[in-house]
Amino acid sequence: MDYVLQFGPVFQRFDLIWSGLLMTVQLSIVAIVAGFVIGVVFARMRTEGGAVARGIAAVYVETIRNTPFLAQLFMVTFGIPQFIALLGMPIRPAPYWLAIIALSVNLGAYITEIVRAGIDAIPRPQVEAAESLALTPTQIFLRIKLPPALAKVFPALTSQFILQMLGSSIVSVIAVQELTSAAGRIQSETFRTFETYLVVTALYFGLAFLLRAILVSIAAYAWPWRRRSAN
Amino acid sequence: MSVVKAKNISKSYNKTVVLRDISLTVESGEVLVLLGRSGSGKSTLLRCLNGLEQIQAGSVEVAGHEMIYSGEALRALRRDVGIVFQQYNLFPHMTVGENIMLAPHLVKKVPRKEMARKAREVLDKVGLLDKFDAYPDRLSGGQQQRAAIARSLAMEPKLMLFDEVTSALDPQLTGEVLAVMASLAQSGMAMVVVTHEMGFARRVADRVIFMHDGRIIEEGPPEQLFSAPSTPEFKAFLAQTD
Amino acid sequence: MRTFGFPEIVFLIEAAQWTIYLSLLTFGMGGLVGFVIAMARVSRHRVLRAVSSAYVQLFQNTPLLMQLFIVYFGLSLLGFRLPAIVAAGLALTFFASAFLGDIWRGSIEAVPRQQFEAADALALTPWQSFRHVILPQAIRLATPPTVGFFVQIVKNTSLTSIVGMTELMRGAAMMNNATMAPMNVYAIVCLIYFVICFPLSVLSRKLESRLNVGR
Repeated sequence: MDYVLQFGPVFQRFDLIWSGLLMTVQLSIVAIVAGFVIGVVFARMRTEGGAVARGIAAVYVETIRNTPFLAQLFMVTFGIPQFIALLGMPIRPAPYWLAIIALSVNLGAYITEIVRAGIDAIPRPQVEAAESLALTPTQIFLRIKLPPALAKVFPALTSQFILQMLGSSIVSVIAVQELTSAAGRIQSETFRTFETYLVVTALYFGLAFLLRAILVSIAAYAWPWRRRSAN
Repeated sequence: MSVVKAKNISKSYNKTVVLRDISLTVESGEVLVLLGRSGSGKSTLLRCLNGLEQIQAGSVEVAGHEMIYSGEALRALRRDVGIVFQQYNLFPHMTVGENIMLAPHLVKKVPRKEMARKAREVLDKVGLLDKFDAYPDRLSGGQQQRAAIARSLAMEPKLMLFDEVTSALDPQLTGEVLAVMASLAQSGMAMVVVTHEMGFARRVADRVIFMHDGRIIEEGPPEQLFSAPSTPEFKAFLAQTD
Repeated sequence: MRTFGFPEIVFLIEAAQWTIYLSLLTFGMGGLVGFVIAMARVSRHRVLRAVSSAYVQLFQNTPLLMQLFIVYFGLSLLGFRLPAIVAAGLALTFFASAFLGDIWRGSIEAVPRQQFEAADALALTPWQSFRHVILPQAIRLATPPTVGFFVQIVKNTSLTSIVGMTELMRGAAMMNNATMAPMNVYAIVCLIYFVICFPLSVLSRKLESRLNVGR
């Protein structure tokens, strides 16, 4: 092997890396928040809804969880413009929005299952106690079921959020200018393919570490009543 | 005025009949104790009184509310009826104070300052004023049950239901809970209590009911019932528990 | 330009073969390496534990796409002119071995402490107690999440299309170019993946609930 690793050219294009990094962070945050809201809504449908609501939620969850994200991304990328054209609106959605939609819808299905498991673990008498205090179903869901459920499944949520952030690299295939795209551009300019990918991979690793640290701090702040030794 | 008026109620789970044609009244200020073996239907009967269990036949009127199984009607009824369960009463993610203030805040829309004042008042009644800011996992079982009683009292109910509230407690802790219930009875609260604590039944109950196989087979003031049981089932029950 | 009809669907199903081959290959190789990783994670030697832990952390906290790119280009840098399937298989093997190793370590650790103690009390050697007492139970515990992860493997093979391997997603892209009917093409593709993955997901859940009933 007569290849010498040179990282210099890669760092010269740090501006591209930085903007890609910011875009990845932005995509991740929006997808995490949107996916979380979607997940909670569908988790409620699955645990409290009638047959129709449960059915719709089940179809959503199973379809997303049993198909690859790449295929979902293409369905969104081709499908939404066609749908908009059908409505006769002269809008051309930017890849950014298509990526956000695909990422959020994808994450939502996984969050639904995780949150549902947390809600199912709430002892029935606790819900009965809340019902007996004359709380409405929505009050019970938001104040009595959701907080302990989220605290319980937080490690699983954290893992899923990090997976989603890493998975955002896939949206590079529809030309969203995030970190993986930046890597592609840099390596095609500098021909330092291996070094570029090493640097970018290290950055993803750093992002994962950072995201985990942030989420763990949120958990410690939001749930002081959960002692560390307890599960 | 009757606080509970149950007429000919029946209830089944799938094919099993749990309550057979039961009629029952409770007057305001009266303490009624339900006794019976497990499976006799006593807990089910109690839970029918605040709508946690649905009856298939008969009528129930509690605290002036007719039992209608719709969300809004049940909530209206439950504003006037408090219940304490055997376990898992308190919400673990809130302090004791927050537990108590939750329902008055959300349901009766009580303003903040008054809420905290009332909460402390009712906590003081059960002897737990110093635990206002504690989380439930820091409390003993007996303290948790007393806090649960306080939480129900904060809604100023007309009737209190107790479902074997001391059965899951260590024996040393049952005393403090029974004492709170006794003083509650003294203060004139109408209560229906399912319990195995015979001493409590003797001392505090105005009336005792013995259930067997979904029916009320003995009914009357405790001194009378305990000294002269008329049915073989109740005789056997007394022999076992005393 | 072709219309999207039955022959096109058959083409996609044939492309799906490669998806299945790659998934099985990944699972097999990844399982072998994963087993080694799991053993290292629970070993008594601190160094082994640390190294295998770092290995797992590396592959769990970086994007699979990046791992694919690095292996693909890294191999060509080293002078290997290998078919895409080898590069893809290698990268997926690393990925799978890290996750499977972690799952299996978790299963071993989930075997109740008393089992270890009971085996010791019977004067079994460490290897004997592992082979006859711990391992069977760990396998029982590991089966549901392992089946679940196989579903992940099948889905993740779709990324290999990006580095040029011909499997279902690549077939779809080719079909899309030929027919210009993307919604049809990708809908069928999703259906094919669903038909492969859904039964496995259901199996994984059934195994999980049977496990909980038995305990």
